[in-house]
Amino acid sequence: MFGLDKKDTRMLLVVAILTLCAPFILNPFPTDSAMAQFNAGYPDLMQRFVIFGIFAIGFNILFGLTGYLSFGHAAFLGVGSYSAVWMFKLLSMNVVPAILLAVVISGLFALLIGFVSLRRSGIYFSILTLAFAQMSFNLAYSVLTPITNGETGLQLTLDDPRVLGVSATADGSIPVTSLFGLEMRSTFEMVVGPWAFQFNAGYYLCALVLLAAFYLSIRIFRSPFGMMLRAVKSNQQRMNYTGLNTKPYTLAAFVISGMYAGLAGGLMASMDPLAGAERMQWTASGEVVLMTILGGAGTLIGPVLGAGFIKYFENIFSKINDTVLHNWFNFMPDGLEDFVVFIVHPFIGKGWHLTLGILFMLVVVFLPGGLVEGGQRIAKWVKGRKDKDGSSSATKTPAE
Amino acid sequence: MDAILLQILNGLDKGSAYALIALGLTLIFGTLGVVNFAHGALFMIGAFCAVTVQRILNLSYEVVDETQKDFLGNPLKVKATYVESWFGPEMGGAIIDWAVPIAIIFAIPIMILIGFVMERGLIKHFYKREHADQILVTFGLAIVLQEVIKYFYGANPIQTASPEALSGVANVGALFGTEIFYPVWRIVYFFFSVVIIGGIFSFLQFTTFGMVVRAGMADRETVGLLGINIDRRFTIMFGIAAAVAGLAGVMYTPINSPNYHMGMDFLVLSFVVVVVGGMGSLPGAVLAGFMLGILEAFASMNEIKSFLPGIDQIIIYVVAIIILLTRPRGLMGRKGVMEE
Repeated sequence: MFGLDKKDTRMLLVVAILTLCAPFILNPFPTDSAMAQFNAGYPDLMQRFVIFGIFAIGFNILFGLTGYLSFGHAAFLGVGSYSAVWMFKLLSMNVVPAILLAVVISGLFALLIGFVSLRRSGIYFSILTLAFAQMSFNLAYSVLTPITNGETGLQLTLDDPRVLGVSATADGSIPVTSLFGLEMRSTFEMVVGPWAFQFNAGYYLCALVLLAAFYLSIRIFRSPFGMMLRAVKSNQQRMNYTGLNTKPYTLAAFVISGMYAGLAGGLMASMDPLAGAERMQWTASGEVVLMTILGGAGTLIGPVLGAGFIKYFENIFSKINDTVLHNWFNFMPDGLEDFVVFIVHPFIGKGWHLTLGILFMLVVVFLPGGLVEGGQRIAKWVKGRKDKDGSSSATKTPAE
Repeated sequence: MDAILLQILNGLDKGSAYALIALGLTLIFGTLGVVNFAHGALFMIGAFCAVTVQRILNLSYEVVDETQKDFLGNPLKVKATYVESWFGPEMGGAIIDWAVPIAIIFAIPIMILIGFVMERGLIKHFYKREHADQILVTFGLAIVLQEVIKYFYGANPIQTASPEALSGVANVGALFGTEIFYPVWRIVYFFFSVVIIGGIFSFLQFTTFGMVVRAGMADRETVGLLGINIDRRFTIMFGIAAAVAGLAGVMYTPINSPNYHMGMDFLVLSFVVVVVGGMGSLPGAVLAGFMLGILEAFASMNEIKSFLPGIDQIIIYVVAIIILLTRPRGLMGRKGVMEE
C-alpha cells in the first residue's frame, strides 16, 4: 500500500490506529475512579504527544540515518513557532498558511545553519549547532525583541492587522485558530457509562500531520537517498574516496529534519498561539535527543515511541505524590511502607527529571538501541524459549 | 583608558572561570579521549561543597542568656554555633567568616573521590564507544547530578558570602596611576585560578608522574607496552580534573550565588572555549578561556553595543564559529587530535 512493503504498511497502520484511537487508549480509567488522574486522554497532552513525535521523527532523519548529533534542533522549532504566530498576527487565523510558512522559514534557516555546520563532523558539528542555537536563543531574548517580544513571548493582540481575517471577534476578544472555520480548540465529548472521551479537532489535525510525517520518513528510510545517508554514517571516508560528494546528501537530511522541527513548531503555535524563546534553549534540544535515543535512534518507530513515553511519564510522574504512594503500598506493614515511600519519593513529582536522567543513562549504557531494541530482545527471548520447548530447532549460526 | 582597564579586569575574572573549567575538560579529553558533558555538573558540585561547609560551620544550638530578657521578661534564648563554643567567639567567628576558603580543603578530596567514582564506575566503559555515546551518557549523568543537588538544596540560588576582609573593593587603578575600584574577591579569584593553572602545568611538566601522563597523551599504547599502568594514571588525572572544576566552583560562590543549573550554563560556554583553543591542547584551553572572557567583557561595553546591538550575547559563539571554520584545529590544537 502507498508504495510500502508489507511490513512497513503494517507499521504505518499500527501507528495510524494508535494515534486515531488515542482518546480511547489513553483514557482507560473511568472519570470518577481514583485512577482517573492517570488518564492522559485530554487534548492538551495528546497534542503534545504527537507534536513531539513529529519533532523526534525529524531529528531521527538526521541523527538516526547520518549519525550527525545536532544539539541545536530546538532553534528550528522556535523559528517555526515564531513564524506561525506572525502569520496569525498578519494574515488570518487559518492554520494552513501559518504551518506552511513555519516549514518554509525553518527550512531556510536550517539550510543556512546546515551549510556552515556541516563543514565539520563529529563533536565539532555538535558544538557548532549548539553554538548556533544558543546564539539564536540569546538574540531572541535581546536584540530581536521587536520580532520575538523578548521574555514575554510573542502573543496575539486585539490590534493585529490580520488582513484576511478580523482583528477582533464581534464580542471583542481575540479570534481563535481554525482550519477553514473548524476551530482548533473545539472538542466533542463522548460519554460512555462512567467514561468520558474527548475528541479534539486540533488533536486530529496534529495526528493526521503525524501520520503524513511518519509515512514520509518511511519513504525516506527506504529510498536510495536514505541508503546514501546510512552509508555516510557507516563510513564517510570511504564515500569520499569513491569520488562521491556527501555534502548535498547530509545537507538535504539536515534541512529536512529542520523542516520537520519547523512543522512541529508551527503545529505547537496553531494549538496555542504563542511562542517564547525558551523553546529554543539548548535543554529543549537535549530533550529531543533524549526522546530519540530512548525510543531507538535509526529505527522508524523509535522516535515516536520515545516522544510518547517521555511526555506520558512526565505527566504521570509529576502527578504522583506521597499520598498516592501510601495508598499503593498500604498492604505492607507500616514501617516497611514508610520506608518504600521514602525511597521512591525523590523520583516522583518534581523528581521526574531525576528518573528521566537515570533511565536515559541506563538506556545509553545497556540498550543503545533504545526501547525498540528492548522490545526485540524480549521478542527474541520469548521466541527462543518457545523453540526450546517445541522441536529442537537447530540454531543456525551464520558463518563468520 | 580606565574603561578599557576595567573591561580587561572583568574579562580576566570571567575568563578565569572559563579557563579552569576548560582546562579540566581538556585534561579529560587529552588523557582519556572522552568528551565529558558532566563537567559543568562537577563545577556545580564544587560550589555546593562551599555551601555545605558554610552550613556545617553555622550549625548551632540554643543557649539561655541570663543577662538578656525578651519582651515577656523571660531569659532570652540565643543561638550559638558549635564552632564558636569550641574555639571561642573570636576564633570561631573567623572560621565561620572564612567558610569559603576553608571549603577548598574539603572540596579537594571530595571532588577527587567523585572523579574516581565517575571514571571507574561509568566512563571507563565508554572509551571504545563513539563520541556521540560519550556525550549522551555524560549528558544523562549531568542531569542526574543536577537533580540530586536540586533535591537536597532546592531550586533557589543560595547566597554564600566571601570573608569580610575580602568582600570590599580595592583601588586597582593605583598601579597605573588612575582610580579603578574593583571587588577584591574577583581579583582573588583571578590569582587563585592563575595559581591552579600554574600548578597543573608545573605538575605535568616537572614531575615524573606528569611526564608519564604526557607520554600517555601522545601515545597511550607505547607507554602501556613499557609496562606502565597508564590507565591508573589517567584515572588520577580524571580526579584532578574534577578537583580543578570543583575548586573553580568553590571560589565562584561569592561572585554568583550557586543554583543547581549553574553548571549547565557554564558547560556550553566552556565547550566552546575548548573547541576554540583546540581539542586536547592545555595552553590552548587557558588562552582561549581568557581571550573569550575579555572579548565578552569588551562586547558588553555600551560604546560597542550602541553600533552592534546584541553583540555581547553572541560574541563568543560568533568567534567560535569563525575559528572552527577557518582553523579546523582551533587556536593551538595538536596535529592528529580529533581532526576527523
